[in-house]
Amino acid sequence: MKIEAKNVNFYYGQDHILKGISMGIKKNTVTALIGPSGCGKSTFLRLFNRMNDLIEGARLEGEILIEGVNIYSEKVNVNELRKTVGMVFQKPNPFPKSIFENVAYGLKVNGIKNKAYIEEKVEQSLRQAALWEEVKDKLKKSAFALSGGQQQRLCIARALAVEPSILLMDEPASALDPISSIKVEELIYSLKNTYTIIIVTHNMQQASRTSDKTAFFYMGELVEYDDTRTLFTNPKKERTQNYITGRFG
Amino acid sequence: MTKMVATKRRKLRKRIKLKYYNKVKYFEFQDKAFKVFAIACTLFGISVLLALLVHVFSTGLGRIDWDFMTDGPSRKASSAGIYTAWIGTLWILVLTAVIAFPIGVGAAIYLEEYNKKSKLTNFLEINIANLAGVPSIIYGLLGLELFSRMLHLGQSLLTGALTLSLLILPVIIVSTREALRTVPYSIREGSYALGASKWQTIWNQVLPASMSGIFTGVILALSRAVGETAPLIVIGALSYIRQPPSGILDSFTVLPIQIFDWVSRPQKEFSVNAAAAIIILLSITFIMNGVAVYLRHRWQKKVKW
Repeated sequence: MKIEAKNVNFYYGQDHILKGISMGIKKNTVTALIGPSGCGKSTFLRLFNRMNDLIEGARLEGEILIEGVNIYSEKVNVNELRKTVGMVFQKPNPFPKSIFENVAYGLKVNGIKNKAYIEEKVEQSLRQAALWEEVKDKLKKSAFALSGGQQQRLCIARALAVEPSILLMDEPASALDPISSIKVEELIYSLKNTYTIIIVTHNMQQASRTSDKTAFFYMGELVEYDDTRTLFTNPKKERTQNYITGRFG
Repeated sequence: MTKMVATKRRKLRKRIKLKYYNKVKYFEFQDKAFKVFAIACTLFGISVLLALLVHVFSTGLGRIDWDFMTDGPSRKASSAGIYTAWIGTLWILVLTAVIAFPIGVGAAIYLEEYNKKSKLTNFLEINIANLAGVPSIIYGLLGLELFSRMLHLGQSLLTGALTLSLLILPVIIVSTREALRTVPYSIREGSYALGASKWQTIWNQVLPASMSGIFTGVILALSRAVGETAPLIVIGALSYIRQPPSGILDSFTVLPIQIFDWVSRPQKEFSVNAAAAIIILLSITFIMNGVAVYLRHRWQKKVKW
């Protein structure tokens, strides 16, 4: 198992957000987290790069292991962890800098100064994110000049540049138009060979198209976790059945 | 019977109509009256300022020439100049900026980025807001006691700059925090997610994105400091100084004090000098405000979230 959650309970102040969740994720797979709004799937995703640390009054019980190491133990440096666990957010959030600087930023905060290496890495990451052809002539231009879909692929390239082994995606296509959304999906598919991807999505089709495994969350509980095909064609729990057929949520 | 009812109704309807009509008339009047009132208020402000400017310029403009800028103080009005004063003002301006900018911005970064919400934070915030309202002469007294006497800095430029720094710190802190707050959380989140430390995030993302806002605030605060007279008089900045200061421990004078000194003299020629010095001082303030406006304008154009 690449990633393992062991009996995870999570609280914001008094609110019990995640209730006793255990699940394992294999290397180089895509795992989709689905469920109605407020079910805790985004919160769960943010546990893997300790993004929830930034919120005051958050408390975690249980363990999250990445390659056997509890990432919440004191020996683990958060900033180092976030370099191995990249993240893409729901709304594209490029930095107010040039396209080049956006991708190079992760390398710079890693202390890398070699210009040739940075240039090579920027090109490689943009190619991986299927954006290179569209932006190669305007790397010096502001990232804000790009369309929403391009911005999101830029954010993916930015995350890839630091060479993470895990990629967390929090509804990466929900703010995009259908065509950009398909492009991001294709991208996820092509990245599967190199990265372990966890994706939160509201879109059933997207989950079934892109993922190997799907986890259905409801009210802070992990209701069902299975192979995507099995979960969508032959769910074991009635709640899952109702949700994926659109009867609620 | 029915006829009577009908006429009654018609009368009633008419009355209501009339009443309503009167109301509409009244609202229209109210609308116009308020507009006239607002225009009058604006005109009052502008005309007073204009009168002041016209008076000052007509009195002082002819007095400004190269000699006026390069002459030191003199007992004779015609040979007195503002050389020591404007050099002193420049020194004070630069020194105050050098002292107040890092301290103010540093404090704002701490309060906005590092500090967690607590009772102490609230206490600090309320007090910073209050400090902005403390009369400047009280800062002067503080500077006299703390810098001039306790730290033995005397009546030096450093004492003056430190005192003025204290005076404008609250303004810088408040405006810097506002500028920092305009940077959306998603930018910080994006930076943290790439493994950047808090300091790297602040230095590489938050500060560059809010820099022009910070500069605008600092410049406006400095242009206030340039016009301050009271605290500098309290700490003992002299008006009769033969040589402009050459180091931060020299004694000094500034334009406002020179103006204050000249207008308090009985000879009419000195008030002409004062008017000329006022024009110079106003120009410095206008230029600084202009730069601030320009920065704000450019900033709004450049950064769209």
